Amino acid sequence: MFSNNKTGWLLLSPTILILFLVGLVPFFYVLYVGFFKWNPLAVDPSMQFEGFGYNYRELIFDEVFLSSIWRSIRFAVVTLFFELSLGFLLALSLLSSFPLKSFFRGVHTLPLVIAPIVVGSIFKLFSVQGLGPLPHFLKDFFGYTLNYGLNADQAFWMIVIMDIWHWTPFVTLTLLAGLSALPQDPYESAKIDGANNFQIFIYITIPMMVPVLIVVIFIRLMDSLKIVDEVWMLTGGGPGYATRFTGIHIWKEVFEKRFYGFGSAMSILYLYITIVICWLLYSVMVSRGKSED
Amino acid sequence: MKIRKVIGKISTTILWAILTLITLFPIYWMILVSTRTPVELFGKPDLSPTFFQKIHWKNFTKPFIDGIYSDYLFNSIIVATSNAALVTVLALMATYALSRFKLPGSESIFFWTMTNRMAPPAAFMLPLFLLFSTVFKFGDFTLFDTKIGLILLYCVFNLPFAIWLLKGIIDGIPKELDEAMIVDGANLFTVLWKLIIPLAAPGIAVTSLLSFLFAWNEYLLASTLTSVYARTIPTGLSEFVTTTGTNWGTMAAVALVSMIPALIFLFLVQRYIVAGLTFGAVKG
Repeated sequence: MFSNNKTGWLLLSPTILILFLVGLVPFFYVLYVGFFKWNPLAVDPSMQFEGFGYNYRELIFDEVFLSSIWRSIRFAVVTLFFELSLGFLLALSLLSSFPLKSFFRGVHTLPLVIAPIVVGSIFKLFSVQGLGPLPHFLKDFFGYTLNYGLNADQAFWMIVIMDIWHWTPFVTLTLLAGLSALPQDPYESAKIDGANNFQIFIYITIPMMVPVLIVVIFIRLMDSLKIVDEVWMLTGGGPGYATRFTGIHIWKEVFEKRFYGFGSAMSILYLYITIVICWLLYSVMVSRGKSED
Repeated sequence: MKIRKVIGKISTTILWAILTLITLFPIYWMILVSTRTPVELFGKPDLSPTFFQKIHWKNFTKPFIDGIYSDYLFNSIIVATSNAALVTVLALMATYALSRFKLPGSESIFFWTMTNRMAPPAAFMLPLFLLFSTVFKFGDFTLFDTKIGLILLYCVFNLPFAIWLLKGIIDGIPKELDEAMIVDGANLFTVLWKLIIPLAAPGIAVTSLLSFLFAWNEYLLASTLTSVYARTIPTGLSEFVTTTGTNWGTMAAVALVSMIPALIFLFLVQRYIVAGLTFGAVKG
């Protein structure tokens, strides 16, 4: 339509420039710093080159870092399981009509717009020892002591519960959007053939929902692997290493210990692992899409 | 058969009522905490809605009038508004270019912008901190601890999202309309201003509102890239964690105030939130 592409490039240039400066340059910079030994608080605060693999060699033997990655993946899978099952159930229930439905759905959307850091604060106020109603309630009715400041398992599961509270609505509403867009013909023919509700769900709904499910799984896994804010607010990564997810670990290494070179190598490896998981899911998504055509 | 249906309806309603209670109860407790004195918070939690009788306003006045939190609030408003405006304008231009021009490699550019959104911010914390404080330097001016730095930075996450959202909308406007206007002698600016913007107005509004919300809610990078002058309200909220003997009432008040834009948005764009969060992959 417009014969000269110059105008097109001109329109794109500010976007490209900004994304280049704050997206691409940092990436290459962190890659570069990762090859150096650099700690501004050490005896020698300058950057020293010790061979390309120096930081990475140390990194693959760093148990704390590796366990933080493992912890992040475990967290992502656990929350995904609960959010997906609960979200699917709720999305199915929203297909039928019942009193106050739009009010319930509106309230259900609320957690989605609240900042992660505020969600962390809300849960801190709600469940901290000596203030929150949750520990009191558990103590009075079940004799169960909730003190996630000391108990590692409780800290981990408290984060899981918070994440479920925060993100199940996302799964519900996305799956609901997918469910309401499904064609009705297969359902009608299945009913004529005498299939019961359970069979319809397993053989018709689930296979047709696979593309939407993959999108949801993709987005939720990526987001869970990124988690920092809520955890920082609620437990600060503790007690011990119990809730020290990869993002928090990098933060502590970089801004408390000032391990710049080592922290860069960690960032690169973290990025690499996220990209690999991302790519795996993406290729599953694409191959599913192709087999359906 | 009919009885089964009624029972189904009742149990679904009860399930959702319980769920709504679980969603709202922690927020309700936060509101209670924000209206009480430390003495009233001591001991067994009192769940009755005491804010109808008495509100301890000092929880709000202490951070926002006597303290520094009004500055944080001001910074947050400036950063989020400017970022939303910048992102909307740039994304509109970029999307128009991607949609209407046959640029070589535009598919790769589109894909590249999207990858920026997927990356974990924690991995970019260190390089951005170092670049902002030492490398991006113009005389004495560095981007570290400036609002401009944050405004530019949030483009990394908001621009891809905005382009994605707008692309669907602008692709949907027939090219023939543009062509007709150009034949009549309109220039590019007129086409954008008189045709694209009016037709894409709802999409543009949603884009800017969701960009605002993201910039308002962002914490991790704001906390590492600011120290005194450009701190936003989420970073102020996290300052309560480190102090010993946290004043819970004040913390709840600050959290409540920082939630206000989110609540306004919920009413304005509830329908689009799902489409926005899934990046348009699932139509909401």
